[in-house]
Order: sequence, then C-alpha cells, then structure tokens
Amino acid sequence: MAQSLSSADLLEASAKSPALSAPRGAEPRFTTVLAVENMHCGNCMKKVEATLLLVPHVVAARTNLSNRRVSITTDVAPPTVETFTSALDAAGFKATALRSDPLRAAAGEDDSDYVRRLGVAGFAAANIMLLSVAVWSGHGGDMPASLQTLFHWLSALIALPAIAYAGQPFFSSARRALAARSLNMDVPISLGVTLATAMSLYQTVRGSEQVYFDAAITLLFFLLVGRTLDQVMRRRAKGAAENLLGLRTPVTSVLRADGSLERVATSVVAPGTRFIVAAGECIPLDATIIRGAASIDESLITGESLPRNVTAGDKLYSGTVALSGPLEAEATAAADDTLLADIARLMQTAEQARGRYVRLADRAARMYAPAVHILGAATFVGWMLAGQGWERALTAAIAVLIITCPCALALAVPVVQVVASSRLFRSGIILKAADGLERLAEIDTIVLDKTGTLTRGIPMLAAAPSVSDTVLARAAALGSSSRHPYAQAVVREASARGLVIAPIPDAAEVAGGGMRAEIDGNDVRLGSAKFCGVADADAEGSSLWLRDGSSAPVALRFEDRLRADAASVTAALRAKGYKLEILSGDRAAAVGEAADAVGITDWRGGLRPDEKLARLEALKKSGAHILMVGDGLNDAPALAAGHASLSPSTAVDVAQTAADAIFQGDKLAPVTVLLDVAKAARRSALQNFAIAIGYNAVFVPLAMAGVVTPLIAAIAMSASSIAVTANALRLGLAKGDRP
Amino acid sequence: MTSLAWLVPVALFLGALGLATFLWALRSNQFEDLDGAGWRALDDEKPLVKPSTDGASSAQRGTH
Repeated sequence: MAQSLSSADLLEASAKSPALSAPRGAEPRFTTVLAVENMHCGNCMKKVEATLLLVPHVVAARTNLSNRRVSITTDVAPPTVETFTSALDAAGFKATALRSDPLRAAAGEDDSDYVRRLGVAGFAAANIMLLSVAVWSGHGGDMPASLQTLFHWLSALIALPAIAYAGQPFFSSARRALAARSLNMDVPISLGVTLATAMSLYQTVRGSEQVYFDAAITLLFFLLVGRTLDQVMRRRAKGAAENLLGLRTPVTSVLRADGSLERVATSVVAPGTRFIVAAGECIPLDATIIRGAASIDESLITGESLPRNVTAGDKLYSGTVALSGPLEAEATAAADDTLLADIARLMQTAEQARGRYVRLADRAARMYAPAVHILGAATFVGWMLAGQGWERALTAAIAVLIITCPCALALAVPVVQVVASSRLFRSGIILKAADGLERLAEIDTIVLDKTGTLTRGIPMLAAAPSVSDTVLARAAALGSSSRHPYAQAVVREASARGLVIAPIPDAAEVAGGGMRAEIDGNDVRLGSAKFCGVADADAEGSSLWLRDGSSAPVALRFEDRLRADAASVTAALRAKGYKLEILSGDRAAAVGEAADAVGITDWRGGLRPDEKLARLEALKKSGAHILMVGDGLNDAPALAAGHASLSPSTAVDVAQTAADAIFQGDKLAPVTVLLDVAKAARRSALQNFAIAIGYNAVFVPLAMAGVVTPLIAAIAMSASSIAVTANALRLGLAKGDRP
Repeated sequence: MTSLAWLVPVALFLGALGLATFLWALRSNQFEDLDGAGWRALDDEKPLVKPSTDGASSAQRGTH
C-alpha cells in the first residue's frame, strides 16, 4: 500500500485523535484500504472502527459507508493485511484488501473535477440569471438602456471565464471527435455554447437585447449534472468491482532439492517443480500428487460440493482447495497453462463479444447529433435566403441549437441509471457494469446454475430433528477441527442448537476417511461408512457416520438445500414469460432432482465449462437474450458470454468479476427485483426521450421561426431538464421490493 | 439606482463566497461518504481515541 501523507489524511487523523494534534514532526503515516462487505449501518461503522483501533500500531480508522471501505492509518509500515482482516473477521465482518490504492486512482480525480466544474457553472448560472431576470422585468419598463447594457456586461464578465472553465470537457471531447472525423453529442453542444457566447458578446458590444449568456451557462450546468451522474455511476460500478477483487496470494511453497521450502511467486514456477500444499491451502498449479492423501474441494471447477479424495498419482487442478493435507505434488503446467488460466481465457473471449454492445444513449446520439446540425444549418440558410441578414439568421440558428440541447440524452439517462442502481443497492444488489441495466432489460431467457445459485451451495444436516443432542455434540466436537464441509455443517447445526462444543485436542484427520480420537479409552470416529466399519448403501456418500466405541454407528445425512424461495421465484419468472433453463456441472441425478423441485423442465447436468458455453452460444444463435446466473469458476465463461449475468455474493472471485451484478443474501428473489428494475429503468429512459422529443416538437419550430427570445429559451431548457429528472426520480419511489 | 453600485458587488461577493465554500468542502473530502455522514450525525459519543500514539493496544471510549 502506498504511503500516504496527504493533507486530507492528516487533517482527518488529527480531527479524530486529540493526542495526534500535537506536533509530530516527520513521523511516518501509512494507509491501508480494505473493502468491508457486510457493513450496513452506523453501528457497523462504529464497530469496524473500534475493532481496528484495538489492533497494535493503528492510529486511525475511518470507514466509508458509501463504498463500503475502511481506511486504516498505521504508524509503522503496515503489518500483513491479515492482521486487520482477522480482527474484523472475529468481529463478524468480511474484509478484503484492495488490489491497488483506490484513493489515488485517476477515476476518483476525474470525478471531483466534474463536480468542481459543476459548482462553477452553478454559481455563474445563478448570478447571470439574477441579472437576466432584472433585465427581463425591466423590459419595456423604466430600465434605461445604459443599465441594461451594464447588466449585459456584468453577465459577460461572469459567463466568459465560467464557460471557458466549465465547458472544457465538452470542448475537448468535441475536438477529439472532429479530429477523428466523426460527430458526437459534444459537437452540437460545443457549437451551440460557443456560438451563443460569441454572438452574445457581439450583441453586448452593440447594446442589443438578444443576449444568450444565461442560456449558454444554464445549458452547461444541466449537461454537467448529467455528466457527473454518469461518472458517479461508472465509479460506483468500478468501485464495486474493485471491492470484489480481493487480494489473492499467488505464492507457492516450492520444495528445493535439499528438502528446504521456499515461497516463490506462482507465475515463475516451471512444470516439473515439486511443491507442498498444506491443509486449507489453494492448489496453485495443475499438478500430480507425489506423496500424501487429501480431500480436495473442487467445487470451483466442477460445481460439485462434495470433496474428492485423492492420493499419490492423482491429478490436482489449480484453484481447488486442499481440505486436508499436506500434499507433495509435481507441477504439470506453468501458471499460464492451467485449467484456471484456460477458463480465464474462455471468459475473456466471451467478454469481447459483449463489448460491442452500444448503449441506448449512444444509439440515440447517433441519430440526434446530425439532426441537430441539419436543423441549425437549415434555419441559418432559411433566414439568409429570406434576406434577413446574417445577424438575424445566426440568432435564430443559435436558438435552435440551444433549444435542441440534448438534455434527455445527457441528463435523463444517467439520472435513470443512478436512481435505478441506488434502488438495487437498497435491495442488496450491486450493479457492476454501467450498461448492465440496459442489457438486463432485454433479457428473455434465464439460465441458472444449480450449486450455489438455486441451492445455498452449503451442505446442511438433513432431517436434523431426528439427530439427538448427544450424538450431535460428540460429532461436532470431533468435526470442529476439520475443514470438510460436512463436518462444518455438523458444527453449524450444533451451535445453532446452542450445544457446547468442546474441541478434542488429539483428534486426528485421516485423509479420505474422517476424524478419529481417543475419548475415555474409546475409539471415537466421525467419517465415511468404510472408515466407521459400516456397509453403507449410500453410494453418493452424502452422509457421515459417527461411531462411539463399540456402540452402533449413527448416520448423519446431508443435503444441499434449495434457497428458501427458489421455487416461488422461478414460478414468478415463468409467469412473467421468461424461459428458464438449468446448466450445471453437478451430477445429472442431483440436477434433475433440483430441477423437479423448482419446476424447470429444461436442464442439463455434468457439463464442463466449455459445454456450458457451447449451450449458451446455441441459445444465442436461436435469438435468445440470456441472463446467466451462476457462482462457480465453471460458470465464469458462461457469465461472460450471457447477454447479462448475475452472481451471488458467495460466488468465487472470477465469477463475480465476470458478472454484471452481484446479489447478497440467502434468497433468489433479487433475480426478479433486478429484472423488474431494469425493465422499469428502460421504460423510464424511453419516457424521457418522449418528453424531450415532445418538447422539441413544440419549441424547435418556434426557434426556427425566430420568435424564441432568450427568456423563452432559458425557461424551456430548465423546464425540460426538470421534467426528465422528475420522471427518472419516480423510479426510486417504488418500495416494497426488499429481499 | 445608485444602490446598485454596491448591491451588485455585494451579491457577487456572496455568490463567490458560496462557491469558495463549496470548492473547499469538495477539496477536504466532505462529500466522500454521504451515506456514512448521515449516521455519524446521530452518534452522540465522542470519537474513539487511542490513549497514546506509541502503538498501545487498547482503545477507549470517551466518557460523557
């Protein structure tokens, strides 16, 4: 993390802690920024700050609820990030380090730049309007012409520097577009503003009444509001993506020839290198096991929640997790050639296809920009042909450019998107892609993954009430030192019942078997049927057995439960006319069972990532707009290929990166909310276009006829901007969709 | 009409003052966390303070 000595940080630190306001010379300060996922309210903020202040060397911690981050200031070079994350973890917060220091990111600078220009434009617009109102009300009254000219000069004095400064983003963008021999919306904006300003200055010098300073600066003000909102939206999306991409530790423990271990960056480990994987670690590279046996959690690759037991000679895939260990393995591929890397590449290719999507506002701008220019030019030519002189002609043309100001494009669409994304945020959905809403509105087919999407993705104890407290307490005591998902499910159930779980210190884990311990001279085992000496008919092995000494073994069965509202949500989606399909990497039988439970007839099981992708492509060929909902690494390419995509917040990093939106919580309901809000946002954006077109239909003919005075132009422009904004805000008023 | 001679500059000065305040607020990150600021306003307790700067590992709440 970068060392931070910015004045804002120091100011913040001294404001928080009186002890720090004493002169402290060149005392170093370091800043670490963490993303805290589940920080929702003022109490969470206080708890996070208090927790972090207890960590040694932390001098200040400042949370930011808007982007769910906390900035930690330390007086020594920050210890490992784990110091902070584990402290927060103990307090019940899930924190991850950010890849880069986001405070220094260029995007942030850009953002406040727009706001600064907006402030200047607002100040200038208000003051010029003050002068203009005085002039208008003095019209035909007792206001002497000299005073009117003085007011015009004052307006010019404020307007010229303000326009030069506030209009900068539009001018430079228009220049870039012209240099590339193309037209964008900024060209007519720049043309209109520049012409209006120049013409007004000329008229001011001549002492005429046709002065448009107010219209020019108000136009810039409204356009900047739109730009700023658009920027906020993009930054929010970018920040959400950054929060999700927590810091990974791409390090491998390489076994040297002399038997020593060395931590080496995974990217430089060559095939053939031997390395060690400890229990609980992520497998860094595709490899073959040399020595040892372990249970491997491959849910990342296959979507299967049951661990696979491996031993010497078996293959390991990078990205999977060793639940027990240690293992000694030999790398069979370099980091760039692993299955994980292949999936990442599949994903990138799929994503490129989506990059070609053109945003609604841009599509409208393509038609709108030429139309504005043609109308303006036609007005000028028309008045010249009518023999009215260039002044009259230019004034009318400027009026047309100002009236046709693309407020609906520049202001209304960003307002709609910001309002819609705030509403989604309240419902626990984080929108990551700025144009995601528009794509979501076009969805007609929904493809779901099973494990972790339709289901919770966590095994739960089945028929829990039939298991006695004593059995459960004993099983939990043994299971508490294992990372196996079933053992953890037992511990969860036991703590939910409020049982006391006393860990057994000498409990040992037998790879591929289970846990065993000596308690009061009895051999107590928790594990597979074979391990406990039972002939079990359950071939799928979705159960654990507990054998306490010589007493009869007891079976504990597990299931991956569907999300509580899975069936009702899928039924509601079907009722709304969406086509549903399940694509899963899990066993066909398990997928079929889940599909029956939620009433989906189209399902496929046992699919590899590329098979999922192929099925998606086939659907796309038939003209479907697919929403892909998935959580596993095996879903990532499919998520990137779908027209739009959604992941639960429990999904793996890669899936969250690929997805357009992330939903939090245990329910599936956010899928419906997301699609509804997207549709409403689209409707709202189209209404705004209609408002803008209707308003143009009334005022453009007037402007072309030359009867639009500066007063009418100013009123019309403000009225249309307020109308489209108010229409967009209606979207945020709808309530009752909280999960 | 002579009142305009000082009314106009006063109006402009007040406007500029507002602008300067806004730019200052922007610079000092007052708009950094709009959601959080709402909650902080409701917090009656004194800010959490470390007893000393030498890395002591305890934090205490200010008492009223």
